[in-house]
Amino acid sequence: MELRVLLQEISQRDGVSGFEQLLASYLSQQFEVFVDETRTDHLGNLIMLKKGSKGFPRVILCAHMDEIGLMVTKVEKGGFLRFTSLGGFDVRTLPGQVVTLYGTRKVKGIIGFTAPHLQTDTEKKKSAEMDQLFIDTGFPEEQVKELIPVGSVAALQRSVVELMNQSCAGKAMDDRAGIAVLWQCATELQKLTHEADVYFVATVQEEVGVRGAVVSTYGLTPDLGVAVDVCHGNIPGAQEHQVSELGKGPVITSGPNIHPVITRKLTTIAKDYRLPFQKDVSPGPTGTDARAIQVSMEGVPVGLLSIPLRYMHTSVELLDLDDVKQGGRLLAYFVSSLDKNLVEELSC
Amino acid sequence: MLIQELSNLPGVSGDEGKVREFIRGQLTQMGIQHHVDTMGNIYARSRGPEKEGLDPGLMLSAHMDEVGLMVACVEKSGHLRFYPVGGVNPWSLVSKPVKIGKEEVPGVIGAKAIHLQKAEERKKALEIEQLYIDIGAKNKEDAEKKVQPGDYACFDTRSDTLADGKIITGKALDNRAGCAALLELLRRDYPASFTAVFTVQEEVGLRGARVAAYRVNPQVALVLETTTAADLLEVKEKDFATTVGRGPALTIRDGSVVTHPRVLERLIETAEKEARPYQFRQFTGSFTDAGVISLSRSGVKAGVISTPCRYLHTAASLLHREDWEHLVEIADGFVRSVHEKGLE
Repeated sequence: MELRVLLQEISQRDGVSGFEQLLASYLSQQFEVFVDETRTDHLGNLIMLKKGSKGFPRVILCAHMDEIGLMVTKVEKGGFLRFTSLGGFDVRTLPGQVVTLYGTRKVKGIIGFTAPHLQTDTEKKKSAEMDQLFIDTGFPEEQVKELIPVGSVAALQRSVVELMNQSCAGKAMDDRAGIAVLWQCATELQKLTHEADVYFVATVQEEVGVRGAVVSTYGLTPDLGVAVDVCHGNIPGAQEHQVSELGKGPVITSGPNIHPVITRKLTTIAKDYRLPFQKDVSPGPTGTDARAIQVSMEGVPVGLLSIPLRYMHTSVELLDLDDVKQGGRLLAYFVSSLDKNLVEELSC
Repeated sequence: MLIQELSNLPGVSGDEGKVREFIRGQLTQMGIQHHVDTMGNIYARSRGPEKEGLDPGLMLSAHMDEVGLMVACVEKSGHLRFYPVGGVNPWSLVSKPVKIGKEEVPGVIGAKAIHLQKAEERKKALEIEQLYIDIGAKNKEDAEKKVQPGDYACFDTRSDTLADGKIITGKALDNRAGCAALLELLRRDYPASFTAVFTVQEEVGLRGARVAAYRVNPQVALVLETTTAADLLEVKEKDFATTVGRGPALTIRDGSVVTHPRVLERLIETAEKEARPYQFRQFTGSFTDAGVISLSRSGVKAGVISTPCRYLHTAASLLHREDWEHLVEIADGFVRSVHEKGLE
């Protein structure tokens, strides 16, 4: 499979935080050819081991497979569904969005909102509030109650849109782009030698509080790890320090959450292999799996590699496919370089 | 399904070419002669003999255009700023894919990520001036290889169905549902023919229908439309305007026309006779082609019948298939009745 097709496939599949099982089984099939062992832990983290020649060090490469989504809280008169969110939405991006509901069966719906002729001018200027919105399935109330019990989750529906310059847009690129980086890394590792045992970990529940990474890291007791996530891409109205450019390579982060030796190593390798990269700083705990990995057990040195992404947490998250590809290559060369010496360097 | 095929075509007001081409193709297949005027309206004669006295008496019309966007400028960064064309609902723009220009270049309407916004920013609705289309261009020069200011853009929404096929969704059901109904009537044989007009530029001020009515010079006109249904959560029943699933809506008056009493009576009579459900549109605002048609030359007896539609002028509106089917049959019965008895 091509990277482009893989990313498209996994972006279009649904895996709302806490409900990642279907996606996990698809992912395990896609990694099957590259890995020696696959298992799922109690929370649903998908853990796939590719053994190295020495079995040391043991490195985890984490990307979260969950996406932000919605959950039904009430079936109202007329069959309209109230909902709450799993993860952080800008409510203004929801009106008119098509969703897939996971009830007793899959049901499509539209996120409805009031007609403009019923709004005053002041109301029109305010942002939509979540309690003004509802999901409309077109089914009558009685049938809705049967099909979509309270607690059913819904994922945004969006086919990936291919744009100019190898860029594409879709839902859940945060963090399926990270999963695609792991997949590309696994592909590249087929051609490289590595001493380290590599664990590809597709984590759960990142969007509701970086939870999957907490238990998967504990369960694996790695010597080090790299989290792969997305960061903000350049857009009008954002300040330069908040964003990275699309198409200029993956972003290597430094800051207290990140072990400086890993940052240095990733940077050196990118330079040695002439791979494009960008740098970013984060003054505190990052909003990624790295946040949990660093403070797992007695501490796990962690790095962070990110793919620049515009319009994060909308259904048109936009990225450049080349950044994903380069990220996978950088990660593969990094893994291939890991040895005892590096692990020794990690102690301060 | 015809409504769905029509809804998928781009046809923002002033740029109805692809819809026109499709409809002309359908007419040609049916063996129906037609012509197009300088604004782009299509005129066709239905099957049936031309009847003395009443001819050219009856005109049925549906507008082809949809609300959408127009590229205003290409910024240095390669992002496209845009104008709305017609009353596109600003709440529904962000986070939607669009296609731009004749080549249907794909793009998406982005917004600043929630993480980068201050709390006060999030409380305000996004205004059209704050939004832009991203086509993935590196910069202005790169973007201009694909798009130019003045290019039209429409939502890239493929029509779909909900509720086991009972509900049809799409970006341009307003008013491709009307176009599909008119095409359906043109497949049928009538005791006398009528003039069918597929109009342009309804959404920017009923402009196509104005010249069409002048040209056709009808005595009686019926507009096949799509109208707002606000039968939604948190809305009081008196404000519903129309209700999806209760049959097509008859207009008594809107912001542009008072349906001629003879036309309204005949529509009701037809619906009752054929035991078809119908409802009255309980909202007196907004405009339809019937407004300018009724005021054409020395006046025309005009009326409107519509399919109720939720979320009008957004990326995904919806209607009930049966409401549309009933609309077709009531319009069919109306045509036969007018030919049979006239309208006095």
